[in-house]
Amino acid sequence: MTILVIAEHTNAALVPATLNTVAAAAKIGGDIHVLVAGQNAGDVAEAAAKIAGVSKVLVADNAAYAHQLPENVAPLVATLAQEAGGKGYSHILAAATSNGKNILPRIAAQLDVDQISEIIAVESADTFKRPIYAGNAIATVQSSAAVKVITVRSTGFDPVAAEGGSAAVEAVGGAVDAGKSAFVGEELAKSDRPELTAAKIVVSGGRGMQNGDNFKHLYALADKLGAAVGASRAAVDAGFVPNDMQVGQTGKIVAPQLYIAVGISGAIQHLAGMKDSKVIVAINKDEEAPIFQVADYGLVADLFEAVPELTSTL
Amino acid sequence: MKVLVPIKRVVDYNVKVRVKADNSGVDLANVKMSMNPFCEIAVEEAVRLKEKGVATEIVAVTVGPAAAQEQLRTALALGADRAILVEANEELNSLAVAKLLKAVVYKEQPQLVILGKQAIDSDNNQTGQMLAALCGYAQGTFASKVEVSGDKVRVAREIDGGSQTVELSLPAIVTTDLRLNEPRYASLPNIMKAKKKPLETVTPDALGVSTASTVKTLKVEAPAARSAGIKVKSVAELVEKLKNEAKVI
Repeated sequence: MTILVIAEHTNAALVPATLNTVAAAAKIGGDIHVLVAGQNAGDVAEAAAKIAGVSKVLVADNAAYAHQLPENVAPLVATLAQEAGGKGYSHILAAATSNGKNILPRIAAQLDVDQISEIIAVESADTFKRPIYAGNAIATVQSSAAVKVITVRSTGFDPVAAEGGSAAVEAVGGAVDAGKSAFVGEELAKSDRPELTAAKIVVSGGRGMQNGDNFKHLYALADKLGAAVGASRAAVDAGFVPNDMQVGQTGKIVAPQLYIAVGISGAIQHLAGMKDSKVIVAINKDEEAPIFQVADYGLVADLFEAVPELTSTL
Repeated sequence: MKVLVPIKRVVDYNVKVRVKADNSGVDLANVKMSMNPFCEIAVEEAVRLKEKGVATEIVAVTVGPAAAQEQLRTALALGADRAILVEANEELNSLAVAKLLKAVVYKEQPQLVILGKQAIDSDNNQTGQMLAALCGYAQGTFASKVEVSGDKVRVAREIDGGSQTVELSLPAIVTTDLRLNEPRYASLPNIMKAKKKPLETVTPDALGVSTASTVKTLKVEAPAARSAGIKVKSVAELVEKLKNEAKVI
């Protein structure tokens, strides 16, 4: 068995979720190859070659892959899957990031196989666990597909070591620009705080924050703790903060050591994104809020008094 | 320009589902069913395109049981012109649904297909991308803004780090994210009018599509329950617990 892991990266750096995806591949067992499709992504390829347990890194370096357009990347991966050594890959894995979710189903359909989304556990090489209904049920599914195409939820797997491997690096792929789509631009949030899905501590705000300006209380607390800042859907929909901060069923899934929910009522859709956190703290003035049913430590208080006090105490 | 809007009948988003005692699935008996929230956003976007004069006809389609006619009628009440039910009684995987939708796309020849990014029951987030691959169309997933001009559509997409904009050649597939629009409610006169709009039923066999699947569900379990902890009385007590009991700060 040989498993292909599609690297998540920014062309300049490897995104840590790749290490969790490699961990899932290691649980399946077999040789692990990592594909780096990008432009001027030499540093990423170098980093991928050092990942523990990776035996080969395939690099497709071309302008057509610079922005991970699925119309261009999917045919590349489908070709690799069908070619490799005449036997093909047994599994194709990607992190369940916005990029992985965008590209992988297109690859699965091109290969005419079903996809298994967001696995949280590997039972065997063909059997996996995944959450359904916003995490209110866990399904165990078995695949008889020739190639098992799978996205991996990072919180289900501890990352493998980023150092220690010495994989061979090989260039692959003629450039395929399908000519159907073009990258126009992007606006990326700039922040000195840790990335939400990789942070050890997350401080999140909900509708109770009342407006975007009030998030300054959370930023101050987060900076004291070295934490990332997230938000509930209600806070994003209300325009308090941008969409990339949303934690929940259809936003980001986080499982930090400590999750501090501030002014968040705790809708099931939000709980789906954070209930695997090790320790949950809820600060809410409504003692009936459902968030208290999952919180290890609940504080019924006015957040505008409690949060600044917490920040100054730490 | 014709717009095709595939929708799905799912458990209402307010329902907290329970796993069946025999672990064969979740209990859907006597549970409120609704149109998937992301599909409502897709219908709304199509209706807005029609109101702007960009779209000329909106066709709603669903793959599901006869009861899914209810959700098609909702789409008609919201502004779709006609509807197609591809009748399938068993739960199908995304690839099978995408193959059925491809057959509908070939028949209807829409310039734009708008669908929800994810159904809140299976949480797969696959169908739109798969349909794009099968049709050979470009895809604009997780859309927060859709602008059609000439033979192109510009889609702003919600991505992990912020927002990305791509330009796609038509025909194309767009999947909706939460911030694309705020869906309207159907008015009573429109609900009455929707009852008279055409609704056609076809079978997977008639479309010439096999819905065989390579994935089977072995069991469905309830997740490990998280028990409620304690209430602390003050910020000082909270900090003490986090430092000395939980040891996380």
